[in-house]
Amino acid sequence: MSPVRNTANPQLNAHGELQHLLTIEGLPRDVLTRILDTAAPFTEVAEREVKKVPLLRGKSVFNLFFENSTRTRTTFEIAAKRLSADVINLNINTSSAAKGESLLDTADNLAAMQADMFVVRHASSGAPYLIAQHLAATGRDHIHVVNAGDGRHAHPTQGLLDMYTIRHYKKDFSNLTIAIVGDVLHSRVARSQIHALTTLGVPEVRVIAPKTLLPTGVERMGVRVFNDMKEGLRGVDVVMMLRLQNERMQGALLPSPQEYFKSYGLTPDKLALAKPDAIVMHPGPMNRGVEIDSSVADGKQAVILPQVTFGIAVRMAVMAMLGGANA
Amino acid sequence: MPIPDAEALITALADAMRPHVDPARTALVGIHTGGVWIAQRLQAALGLKTASGAIDVSFYRDDYSQRGLHAGAKSSQIPFDVDGAHIVIVDDVLYTGRTIRAAMNELFDYGRPAKVELAVLADRGGRELPIAPTYCPHVLSLPVAQMLALEKAEDGKLSFRLIEK
Repeated sequence: MSPVRNTANPQLNAHGELQHLLTIEGLPRDVLTRILDTAAPFTEVAEREVKKVPLLRGKSVFNLFFENSTRTRTTFEIAAKRLSADVINLNINTSSAAKGESLLDTADNLAAMQADMFVVRHASSGAPYLIAQHLAATGRDHIHVVNAGDGRHAHPTQGLLDMYTIRHYKKDFSNLTIAIVGDVLHSRVARSQIHALTTLGVPEVRVIAPKTLLPTGVERMGVRVFNDMKEGLRGVDVVMMLRLQNERMQGALLPSPQEYFKSYGLTPDKLALAKPDAIVMHPGPMNRGVEIDSSVADGKQAVILPQVTFGIAVRMAVMAMLGGANA
Repeated sequence: MPIPDAEALITALADAMRPHVDPARTALVGIHTGGVWIAQRLQAALGLKTASGAIDVSFYRDDYSQRGLHAGAKSSQIPFDVDGAHIVIVDDVLYTGRTIRAAMNELFDYGRPAKVELAVLADRGGRELPIAPTYCPHVLSLPVAQMLALEKAEDGKLSFRLIEK
């Protein structure tokens, strides 16, 4: 007897509800749309006297950050607290992992502390998937896992908040030309953005980068590749800048930050080639003067701070949907 | 059982409320979706000065841990200061009372009202909580397998439809 191969999406339960959020890749369009639709009413909660709703009251959300992050950890923490969850932050690189505890031992220990949700950031691609798989294999699939960024693989909530931002300003995905600019090679954000944009039906997704900062075969993800930024920005509706990931740079991929800025930094001159009503996005943290000029970052077309605000609502929506999905 | 006439009930509800509301001070909060339609009609019929609010109780429902997050949640909008306000919560059909409890919980996250009342077009029985309407022009008894749904026609006319679950 041949073993039964489980081809179901590991993120969805038997009812097709989101059980974990590990990657945007492979999620059906209606699931993405449902997340964005659900996020909309959560933006209003932030404007109330009491910025909290009781959905996750009594639940424990563990922020497991094996890699440093201030913004993502903070926005997940705010999102969980606005859902009334108890939030426990663990910076593992200063904790047990430094003493040699394995990833799954850490997860087991926190599960034994009645965790209901893990928000995982890890330098290794696949770490959140490994935890989700381990929980399922040990009969604890009532614990939900949210990927808060793993290696070069995925950063699904960033991809979703970017989609929310685009939909907020452009209303509809079906007529857009969108350019993703910068260090695509090292960027989990870019991968999540590309999967989300193509799934949501954006007709033209471009990536703009020097050849050294593009993964091989990136065209197979359904994007048009440009090495010349001016050419790539022509007529776009949305410019999605990526951070130059200095900490992930090995070897001579770049001449110098100054040279990079000259060719791939978003300046007012280059932005003028996009549509006049184009919006400029950046996942943060920004390297001003490296990938983006200060006058663009602070300019009228930038929606970088609204991205942060929408990010809280999108993370609330994801956690509320997961918390309500019964295994 | 004859299906109640929603339009006639709106008139009757407005008549019942009129002696007790102060057009300068009273504000309505409709519960999505039927309650919002009725609140709009009452707003005009009673000549209330304060724009009415709309509440979606999806984030406050007590069956979240059994049934998950309700799909199609809408934004709640309370366009007035809840502190010290005289508020009438408006819904189409009163049943278990759980929606009203959720709406009250949500309302109190906006502030502390001076007084909260409840106006519904119909009370179908089957209460599971100690909640009673302040204004209710029609009482009927429906079996668990049936529900009364409010619908809005293109011309804005409201009507009830009986649905077998």
